[in-house]
Amino acid sequence: MTDFLIYKILLVVGVFTVTLVVAMYATYGERKVAAFLQDRIGPNRAGPFGILQPLADGLKFFMKEEIIPSVSNKFLFILGPSIAMITALMAGVLIPWGNTLIINGTSYSLQITDIDIGILYVFGVVSIGVYGIMIGGWASNNKYSLLGAIRASAQMISYELAMGISIIALIMMTGTLSLGEIVTQQAGGDWNFWNVVYQPLGFLIFIVCAFAECNRAPFDLPECETELVGGYHTEYSSMKLGFYMFAEYINMFISSAVLSTLYFGGYNFPFMNDLGLSHNAITILGTVFLFGKIFFFIFFFMWVRWTLPRFRYDQLMNLGWRVLLPLSIANLLLTALVLLWIDK
Amino acid sequence: MTLYLFYFLSFLAILSALMVVFSKNPVHSVLYLIITFFCIFGHYLLMNAQFVAFVHIIVYAGAIMVLFLYVLMLLNLNSESEPHKNNTLKFVAVISGCLLMVVLVAALRGTDTMMLQDNGSKIGYVRNLGKVMLTDFLLPFEITSILLLAAMVGAVMIGKKSSKTTTPQ
Repeated sequence: MTDFLIYKILLVVGVFTVTLVVAMYATYGERKVAAFLQDRIGPNRAGPFGILQPLADGLKFFMKEEIIPSVSNKFLFILGPSIAMITALMAGVLIPWGNTLIINGTSYSLQITDIDIGILYVFGVVSIGVYGIMIGGWASNNKYSLLGAIRASAQMISYELAMGISIIALIMMTGTLSLGEIVTQQAGGDWNFWNVVYQPLGFLIFIVCAFAECNRAPFDLPECETELVGGYHTEYSSMKLGFYMFAEYINMFISSAVLSTLYFGGYNFPFMNDLGLSHNAITILGTVFLFGKIFFFIFFFMWVRWTLPRFRYDQLMNLGWRVLLPLSIANLLLTALVLLWIDK
Repeated sequence: MTLYLFYFLSFLAILSALMVVFSKNPVHSVLYLIITFFCIFGHYLLMNAQFVAFVHIIVYAGAIMVLFLYVLMLLNLNSESEPHKNNTLKFVAVISGCLLMVVLVAALRGTDTMMLQDNGSKIGYVRNLGKVMLTDFLLPFEITSILLLAAMVGAVMIGKKSSKTTTPQ
């Protein structure tokens, strides 16, 4: 029992640390990718290749003066960024970070917990995440913040629908809600492909919705600086602003992990059973591959951000309700028909 | 342990439900209501009904309450512009609330004899729940879906009508 507890605690702390470190270096990566796409050099002063830049940025956030507007509700003002951060960190619990490690005959799973309704948990956490932005934007008592918060909530609700329906099509195919099982089903060999091969449209809808749920460009209307000063975090300064920024990068990391898990085979990689390596070596290699996929998706997020211009708000709503929602319903019906046909 | 958790959650649920009614600021009311929903989520988990618990969070806390907050923020009510109800209205509201409570108590009376005996039951798991819904309870399930569809069509109709009257062309 104590063994079990220690191993779970170690795993939780490990996932927590990795999430924070990845999010930290995603900020550095974002600036480097932006610089690369715009033919600049990017941060290169702090440490070799500017590798210490995130630490310097973090320190700067802590040293800045903290301003709480005198008219706002102080408790809710602090609660906003806290909720954003907590919900961003919560979804990592269910991601299968790797297969099992066998040490001294006992097998240790690299997934913290695999509950029966894994996807629903992730979905629930995502849908609660909007409260961080809404409460923060409202408590700021600033018109621009309020507009940002209202935009965020409308956007989240609209894109959650299409996202949910595209996931339902995937669930119908896999027959399970547990993330662990979905990954095991995608294990390689014998013409067994990753889910993206069977659900290309679902994947496309899911990734567009993931962009919207993370408030990333081209859907970053809640913090659109050309119209709303700074959007929902106009009044925030110091580490509370840092928390909002950080939560966005953690969300990006988690959505990349969910995308790789659901559609790109998670920790599985091609020819994994033909290498003739031991079980533990394959597991470690699988985790490395999973992180490779995640980093690719994070890069994709940045690539899109620095390539596409921002949508207008009515275009955003049209895309969500008139394009993605009907497409996802069509995808659902098509999947159902094909499944019926195969079954027969 | 489970019993203490039950009492704690019940206490928190009732307290925050009362705060929904008593807090002056409508946005605070909605936030307390969200806390109440989370307590009910905990109750579902204690009953091993994971699916219902998470759907409850996604639908109520994640969607309906966000819309509530959205509307309240859009109106941006503060204590001056908030409409104050007169005493007759308050009196009527109290009486109808009490009547609702009587109905609820009458409906829930005698349910202790129907209590699920098996505590390690896996009926709340999504696979078992789906099977039960589409075999034993197929008719109520379908009727509920028709009810939801009717509500959806009704909402669309109401939305259409108001947009026609407000924008005369």
